[in-house]
Amino acid sequence: MADNPKDILNEGLWRNNAALVQLLGLCPLLAVSGTVVNALGLGLATTLVLAGSNVTVSLIRNLVRPELRIPTFVLIIASFVTAVELLMKAFVYDLYLILGIFIPLIVTNCVIIARAESFASKNHVGRSLLDGLSMGVGFTLVLVALGAMREVIGHGTLLAQAELMFGAGSEWLTITLLDDYRGFLLAILPPGAFIGLGLLIALKNVIDRRHETRRAAAPKAAAAPSGTETTATS
Amino acid sequence: MTLQTPPPPHIHSGLRISHIMLQVIAALIPAIICYTWFFGWGLIINTLLAVLVALASEALMLKLRQRPLRPFLGDGSAVLTAMLLAFCIPPLAPWWITVLGVAFALIVGKHLYGGLGYNPFNPAMVGYVMLLISFPLEMTSWMPPFILEQLEIGFVDTLGMIFLNHFPYGLSIDALSSATPLDAMKTDLGLNKTVSEIMESNALFGDFAGTGWEWVGNWLLLGGVYLIYKRVISWHIPLAIIGTLFVIGSFFFLMDPDTYPSPLFHIFGGATILAAFFIATDPVSASTTPRGRIVYGIGIGIIIYVIRAWGGYPDAVAFAVLLMNMAAPTIDYYTQPRVYGHARGKD
Repeated sequence: MADNPKDILNEGLWRNNAALVQLLGLCPLLAVSGTVVNALGLGLATTLVLAGSNVTVSLIRNLVRPELRIPTFVLIIASFVTAVELLMKAFVYDLYLILGIFIPLIVTNCVIIARAESFASKNHVGRSLLDGLSMGVGFTLVLVALGAMREVIGHGTLLAQAELMFGAGSEWLTITLLDDYRGFLLAILPPGAFIGLGLLIALKNVIDRRHETRRAAAPKAAAAPSGTETTATS
Repeated sequence: MTLQTPPPPHIHSGLRISHIMLQVIAALIPAIICYTWFFGWGLIINTLLAVLVALASEALMLKLRQRPLRPFLGDGSAVLTAMLLAFCIPPLAPWWITVLGVAFALIVGKHLYGGLGYNPFNPAMVGYVMLLISFPLEMTSWMPPFILEQLEIGFVDTLGMIFLNHFPYGLSIDALSSATPLDAMKTDLGLNKTVSEIMESNALFGDFAGTGWEWVGNWLLLGGVYLIYKRVISWHIPLAIIGTLFVIGSFFFLMDPDTYPSPLFHIFGGATILAAFFIATDPVSASTTPRGRIVYGIGIGIIIYVIRAWGGYPDAVAFAVLLMNMAAPTIDYYTQPRVYGHARGKD
């Protein structure tokens, strides 16, 4: 269990990332990561719900009887999701229409109930907020990375329909990488999401392993400074 | 699981991977020549390109996985995958179709699963299905067989069409290409025509299936029989696939010959023969027990017929093979042959 704020951030963003390590919330992750804008929209909505529910659960953690905690958590999460849904209806209606059923489905996102149960119900408000934000941002980053991969390969654009998210006048954000691109349907279809997620997880593991070998090599290199590093990296 | 080696002496059968792969490649060559006779140079160019890309992808992945290059590159399995995939791609498909398909087949379909011997799916079919669902237009632009009688399309012209998208006589791919017999049959049946009307009205159709295609099928059949004779493949899978198609095809044909084409159409049309002898028999991804192979073949036959007759795609060989690949470990589990000396029905 993470203790200081830095550990909590590291847990959520990297070491225990909701999408890459815990593999929670895969249904929305795979379903709406077709474009960056969709991914960002759903990621931010999830982050908001996660932070809100974590704070509330943490506040009432000493008031709720343990037998009743799960239904209470679900009600709290559902209230936040309803609020986020209404907010999206009010301010980003077009995006709301595209994301459709996946906004109400945030209720069933396992990441949120998992954090409420395993972290917020045992920790202070401040730390629960930080945990909710870091988990949410970690989830959002993976969503956006996957969305970017799929959008670039599938459509040859980046941030298409940016106006849905950032309002009229932000069309300039859209980058068309290839003008005469025919599209690569596989990346947009569900298999593309699975393959993309698999590649992202592999990438994370490779980075972790590199990190590990470097850390293992560092003391050795310090102890024997001349020319023995080659054996440590192989 | 540990395999227990019985005590020596052992006799090596002399069959090596490279030997098997070479036999299969040799068995494909008559069909490739026949295909070129009917449909022009496209297949040969695609095959050469596919083999080059396959060797490059294989070398790249072996390098990344830190495996020795020589034994794996030399075993011919990558070459065979490339040749089978090239056989399934329309002869005039642009070059990047072949490159993408072969690279995907070897990198994702084979090496990401652990390389030769570990891939649960037939790599060539993984590549083909990826192409089919990603680029439906390019993957259905087939050449009609009689085109060479009307137009003189040489080797250089074909190169230009594949690599530069440059068509002779001011034609375009839309003007040159046509539906395959299976596709034409499906479309016309949808227009409430009878099978006999369709077969008579369209010059695409030959005696049983498509002109040209049925001859390619015959040469593939000959190659397949050679493989069985040489014991490179066993007879179980091909016989089960073709037998199943024949039984189901005859049943529906006899019930209603106007809406269901004859069983011979199903056997000699499309990629049935290629699948039965060359694709479904892949020793890695297919079932391995004798009874299991029969179940596996019957499954492929049923899926091919169901998708062709009532599904959305005109041909279904790739889907059938991939679906049964998924089932192969389970089939193997339930069809373990009785070990000599053990009682029946007991382990």
